[in-house]
Amino acid sequence: MGLLSVLIFFPLVGALAALLMRGATAAKMVALATALVTFCISLVVYMKFDSNLAGFDMKEQVQWVVLPGLHLSYFVGIDGMSMMLVLLTTFLMVITLIGTWNSVTKNVPAFMALLLLLETGMLGVFLSLDLFLFYVFWEVVLIPMYFIIGLWGGKRRIYSAVKFFIFTMSGSLLMLVAIIWLGVEAGRQLGEFTTDITKLYQVSRSLPIDVQHYLFLAFALSFAIKVPLFPLHTWLPDAHVEAPTAGSVILAGVLLKMGTYGLIRFNLGLFPQASFDYSGLMTTLAVIGIIYGALVAMVQTDIKKLIAYSSVTHMGFIVLGIFSMTREGLQGAVIQMVNHGLSTGMLFMMFGMMYDRRHTREISDYGGLARVVPLFTVFFGIAVFSSVGLPGLNGFIGEYLTMMGAYQSSVLNSWSYAIFSATGVILAAVYLLWMYQRFVFGRAKGTSAAAVDGHDHSSHASTHSPSDHALNDLSWREIVAVVPLVIFMVWIGIRPMHFLATSQSAMYKLSDDLLQQKSGIVFPEQQSQPSKPMQQLPGGLRR
Amino acid sequence: MIQLIPVIVFAPLAGFLINAFFGSRLGKLSGWIATFAVFISFVISAGVFVEMLQKPSDDRAIHYVLANWLDVGKVHVGISFLIDQLSIIFMLIITGVGALIHLYSIGYMKSDRGFGRFFTYMNLFIVMMLQLVMADNFLWTFVGWEGVGLCSYLLIGFWYEEKKNTDAAKKAFIVNRIGDFGFLVAMGAMLAAYGSLNYLDLLGSGSNVIDGTKHLGVVAGMHGGDWTIGFITLMLFLGCTGKSAQIPLYVWLPDAMAGPTPVSALIHAATMVTSGIFLVARSNMFFALAPVTMGVVAAVGATTAVFAAIIGIFQNDIKKVLAYSTISQLGYMFLALGVGAFTAGVFHVMTHAFFKACLFLGSGAVIEAMHHEQDMQKMGGLKKYLPFTFWTFMIATLAISGIPPFAGFFSKDEILWNAFSRGSVLLWLMGAIAAMMTAFYMFRAVFLTFFGKERFDAEHHKPHEAGWHMTLPLIVLAALSIVGGFLNIPHVLGGNATLEHWLAPVLEQGEQTAQVSFSEASAGLEIGLMVASVAIAICGILLAMRLYKKKTTLVRDEAVLGTPYRIAVHNFYVDEAYDKLIVQPLYTFSDRFLYKIVDVKIIDGFVNGLAQITDGTSKIIRRIQTGVVQNYAVMIVVGLLAVVSYLMIF
Repeated sequence: MGLLSVLIFFPLVGALAALLMRGATAAKMVALATALVTFCISLVVYMKFDSNLAGFDMKEQVQWVVLPGLHLSYFVGIDGMSMMLVLLTTFLMVITLIGTWNSVTKNVPAFMALLLLLETGMLGVFLSLDLFLFYVFWEVVLIPMYFIIGLWGGKRRIYSAVKFFIFTMSGSLLMLVAIIWLGVEAGRQLGEFTTDITKLYQVSRSLPIDVQHYLFLAFALSFAIKVPLFPLHTWLPDAHVEAPTAGSVILAGVLLKMGTYGLIRFNLGLFPQASFDYSGLMTTLAVIGIIYGALVAMVQTDIKKLIAYSSVTHMGFIVLGIFSMTREGLQGAVIQMVNHGLSTGMLFMMFGMMYDRRHTREISDYGGLARVVPLFTVFFGIAVFSSVGLPGLNGFIGEYLTMMGAYQSSVLNSWSYAIFSATGVILAAVYLLWMYQRFVFGRAKGTSAAAVDGHDHSSHASTHSPSDHALNDLSWREIVAVVPLVIFMVWIGIRPMHFLATSQSAMYKLSDDLLQQKSGIVFPEQQSQPSKPMQQLPGGLRR
Repeated sequence: MIQLIPVIVFAPLAGFLINAFFGSRLGKLSGWIATFAVFISFVISAGVFVEMLQKPSDDRAIHYVLANWLDVGKVHVGISFLIDQLSIIFMLIITGVGALIHLYSIGYMKSDRGFGRFFTYMNLFIVMMLQLVMADNFLWTFVGWEGVGLCSYLLIGFWYEEKKNTDAAKKAFIVNRIGDFGFLVAMGAMLAAYGSLNYLDLLGSGSNVIDGTKHLGVVAGMHGGDWTIGFITLMLFLGCTGKSAQIPLYVWLPDAMAGPTPVSALIHAATMVTSGIFLVARSNMFFALAPVTMGVVAAVGATTAVFAAIIGIFQNDIKKVLAYSTISQLGYMFLALGVGAFTAGVFHVMTHAFFKACLFLGSGAVIEAMHHEQDMQKMGGLKKYLPFTFWTFMIATLAISGIPPFAGFFSKDEILWNAFSRGSVLLWLMGAIAAMMTAFYMFRAVFLTFFGKERFDAEHHKPHEAGWHMTLPLIVLAALSIVGGFLNIPHVLGGNATLEHWLAPVLEQGEQTAQVSFSEASAGLEIGLMVASVAIAICGILLAMRLYKKKTTLVRDEAVLGTPYRIAVHNFYVDEAYDKLIVQPLYTFSDRFLYKIVDVKIIDGFVNGLAQITDGTSKIIRRIQTGVVQNYAVMIVVGLLAVVSYLMIF
């Protein structure tokens, strides 16, 4: 068993162990220990990983299903992009467990087991090099999240869990069809049914162009739901609002990245031509999502919903970067995935800490936290500004690179995508700072005010929670959970190359291959022409 | 000294970190640490300056590479500094005036519970402001640009329990972000069009920067009127209107007065708001090649100068007067830049930093003495209680009014002269009108505050000067307001325009390239205009004296002027208009349409509708499953018949 397999399945072992524990604390300890060990394994992988390699490293391939004409292999491997996402996953899992230590009280062993099962699924998704295996892990992820929302969620948890499940499932069924199609096509061309993507990269490109388009759309739909891309995003706010804090953090932090990861790995990788053809559609939806998500986030009165809609905005930047297909855009997309995981994960986690104290999600129930819980205010503020995209923190790097990618992209061939997406920069400040102001500034609110308000959250709050005046600031456990996140936010903001270097070879190669193919097939005359950068003008200003 | 350049940044950074982590435990020490940190920066900046002075004029620029920052695709951006004749002037202002204001703040903030927090933000501001002017590329300048915006946000909302303050902070950040949008777009266009963001690659340099050679940027050989350059410069200027509070984005600055007064002096008068001028001066070659943008810059500058001065006349809050005055003076600077007189713009940045910081700190001393009363109608007669404050305030007022030989006279006159000779009579006239109004409202403030009878309870409340922390910076800044103008005495008055020669390697090429109608005017005309502008200023002063000096009862402005007064005193209802035309409609549209209709009704309606259809259909189809065997038998027969008949027919 290779290192990557150990990495993938170690959390599963931990999940079984956690399930066997009798007490809540024991289960939590087992889960935390498992997550820590998994994180350490991923660090070992990182140290062994050769980031100069543009292809896959540490490949492990075992025949899994061997039937006449049907070869399904267990095939895993890692490249720069999956390395980043693996580290994000294992890191966030540890942080989440520490940060939400006391949030779940009922049926703790099962909850911990589901979280660890989720981790196995996510790692499997990022490391599979066989489409069939990928599909299995993709579905494995779905189930624990469904139960986490449905069993430990809020009032409308059943509706949200089912909505989450149906949305994702309907997308992935089409993907399954596409996978089988590709496998059959491989059988015709190579003589055996296989879903090994290193082989499919050749197969898919020789398909008739309309078939490529259909297959592209089947994959894209599945991933776009996960991202989520406008207008397929409405499951996200519901799922976030109802999910317990740990669920929200992992959902926003890692699960959404499965969609953007898939877009890069499979849509760009398997169907370059279709990617060029649909790049306009995908980026238009992404840009609409950036603006739409921000405007809708602005009017939310529920903090978790607001953060959920902000995810639509941030993920839109990633899709914009992906379909610019430039070096800047793809590198920006990868780092933006990490950034969104850190900043939105931290927002959800810190709000969860406050929710555990006050039991209300309405912004209007809060106020004046700055004086009462100064440490909380500072850390929450850092997460807010990271999310706003303040230069010097991580969020800026991703947004900036994806935008610059969109500017330079010969695939998009227009400045308008980038210019429209830049308005998201203004709107992010509007909705996040307004929320921050109402949340932490002003004067502290007491229970009396909350009780008068009269909505169901508040009446609940008046019995269970202390007023803002008497809140406790962050505990040592909570500080331990947030400080590493802040360290990475600053680190990525100031020394971004320490992180971008990991995915550089892989993303540069992908971009160069794509652009070479584009110039080779679509505009063969462009290759001989020396590029004249002076004449690249925005769409509206073309000479 | 050159090896010590990083210390210029790291000293205040260290101060920031010390205060951020231990500020609450350090007590008064945190203020001293912060002040000392900025003072170190000033000393080293001055050392670098002296070293630059000793070199030949085209050998003074220093390119200092500290670290690599972002290196992806075409984006090659380092944390590296370009210290030339332009940036060193800004560095000296930032650290020099900054150190004085830090010292002042130790006195001003002494009894505030957020003492440590205040100095944490202030030191961070100095760090960011230095990045802005020291960077060797647009992107790292942008880092500083947004960084100072953050500090401005934190300091305007420093007293965060009042909603008014946090509203002002939020407004400042968001309005600035609208400008930053322009900056970002401009950077994207530059990168896409010219493949670089570094000043040296793009703009070239008049100094021997790298490998002892002059550097030609992409601008070399370009001609004016290029669309890309026009687009880039217009977007950059949008950024400037945000940060430097010009029409249409000036609305945040008056509200920003909600912050502590030293903040107003440092950030919202002397340094941060002049970033826009720095940016235009830094990229002067771009602007010089974009005649349309230059016209826009000049027009916006001149209009802002007049418009803000009109509002300033009607303010009764002493800080609001100074805020509108700042907007107006910044308009002056843009007027200068817009006609291609980059040196004059930078010169006015410098003198303005001295006298406006002095005015703000003076107003702070007054406010402190009056127990946080800012309404000038409740002051009066403070001259005898606050002699130091009065005299320094008076000197700075004379300077801003353009009375020779104070600093403002030289810089303002240079702007007016350039507006006339390089621009048009109209621009000169607007500048002259603004100058008259400036003299009027500033002396109105002086008379209302320091002269006449006390309009407060003088029996029980005897205002007095604060400690030396606060008086010393006032005296230094007043002295600079007197002598600062001598740095650039024009040739016509027998000077040798020292500053102009100093800045020539950076700005000269742009000044020559700028396509403006330069009318060859005689020395006589220059002297004549100079006399005229002084006469205009004196008219303003005399008018203010007539209206406001020795008045025991206040002039009833409202009664005399009626509706025009109400319009002006409410800032021409611009805030209300923005609110009604942009903010409210956007909110309502997002809430009522995007969220409640598109999201909830259409998309979710579709999703839930699908679920209901599925549910409904299966409820109907379920009825077929009766469980009665006979029914199934009938169906089998019917089905068979159907299949058979299908096969027979086709």
